[in-house]
Amino acid sequence: MQEKIKARIMDSRKIKRAVHRMTTEIIERNRNLKNLVIVGIRTRGIYLGKRISKLIRELEKVDIPVGVLDITLYRDDFSEIEAQHMVRKTEINFPVSKKDVLLVDDVLFTGRTIRAAMDSLIDLGRPRTIQLLVLIDRGHRELPIRADYVGKFLPTSRRELVQVRLKEIDNCDEVLIAEPPGLK
Amino acid sequence: MAFRHKHLLGIQHLTPSEIRAILDTAESFFDISTREVKKVPTLRGKTIINLFFEPSTRTRSSFELAAKRLSADIVNFNRLASSVVKGESLKDTVLNIEAMNPDAIIVRHQCAGTPYFISTFCQSHIINAGDGAHEHPTQALLDAFTIKREKNNIEGLKIVIVGDILHSRVARSNIFLLRKLGANIVLTGPPSLLPIEFKNFGVQIDYNLERSIEEADVVMMLRIQSERQEKNYFPSIREYRNLYSLTEKRFKQAKKSAIIMHPGPINRGVELSSEMAESAKSVILKQVENGIAVRMAVLYILLGGKEGETTD
Repeated sequence: MQEKIKARIMDSRKIKRAVHRMTTEIIERNRNLKNLVIVGIRTRGIYLGKRISKLIRELEKVDIPVGVLDITLYRDDFSEIEAQHMVRKTEINFPVSKKDVLLVDDVLFTGRTIRAAMDSLIDLGRPRTIQLLVLIDRGHRELPIRADYVGKFLPTSRRELVQVRLKEIDNCDEVLIAEPPGLK
Repeated sequence: MAFRHKHLLGIQHLTPSEIRAILDTAESFFDISTREVKKVPTLRGKTIINLFFEPSTRTRSSFELAAKRLSADIVNFNRLASSVVKGESLKDTVLNIEAMNPDAIIVRHQCAGTPYFISTFCQSHIINAGDGAHEHPTQALLDAFTIKREKNNIEGLKIVIVGDILHSRVARSNIFLLRKLGANIVLTGPPSLLPIEFKNFGVQIDYNLERSIEEADVVMMLRIQSERQEKNYFPSIREYRNLYSLTEKRFKQAKKSAIIMHPGPINRGVELSSEMAESAKSVILKQVENGIAVRMAVLYILLGGKEGETTD
């Protein structure tokens, strides 16, 4: 059974504006842009990260490398998930030690993914700072984690699903709220 | 995830997609061993027992490192320092170890079928690390992983396996695995160590080494397993060397891009000359390195998920 779409929160223009605004905030806050590296969390964080890197190149003429982080091995719910997740590769081909690392993900929810991502990053080196960017902050944190750059705050109920779709893999740019199947 | 077994007892009963799932997973684990912090927290709190009734350098330490790099706790059981020498039976030994609540037991034993036997009365995941002349699944998986990394693909390759096929669990596991992934296999060795029945596995048999090596992509050398031979299978080591040792001249028959493999331990100057073992074509030490990634993948796949959803 398919989940029921309840509302379309963002379209491609709104996503573009949010990414643009956050990129400007990043440039404002990181005076030494050359020390910045971007790490996208699989899967949609990678594409958001690449968009931001491209924008920074256009605006400031600085090349910011983008790495890919797979957090499967650092999850804290191993004994709870149904079947094993396929582990995929972490591809960070630059040192993170002493860098300002911008972690990028699509949705910030419980904060557990970000906890795992930070543990994983710290095993790769000792970044000078870690900053967090998310397109959607939907609340319901279970850990003391907050984002430095937020595309949109979106109050949701716990059982709702927030779906971010990006052109690079979903053929369109949009953010949807959906209801899981089997609920009235 | 395509893998749905509780134990890893052999390659024979795995499907090609299950084999691919392990090899793909190993690819993701490879990098961890090259990082400064060679450890991920994935199997924190799990206990694994290395139950080795036979000597081993590579397999045992490889499993031990794989478990440690996944943050599992691992205990080594050494036959000679155990109550086995006081006459304790295999079943009692295993039941006592099982009573300590491990999550997985890695078994090596000189009798074929021991890991299967243990799996019939144990709750833990059982991993076969070599049983008699039956199977050595993780060796075959790491060999396939090495071939895949060197050649990109396994399907359609010509792979020659040379030597003591009769006593080799490595050869059996490799034949099952490489056939399932579509390689063409040629077996060669003295007729006394290469029973004709192997034809039933869908492989070619040729008793002439020079001829079988022609145009090969991979040449896999095996050790003469004198510890498993109660009688003489060939007149002398010198004759064996004259007919079946891999020399530079013989290796020239293979493709230019061909690689040399050996599961170890090597008997230098018998199946492999020292120069060949250390030549640029040899991937013997890469096999050892890859073994850790493959064993991490196996431990992750068996121990990582939720209990009670497997088929065996």
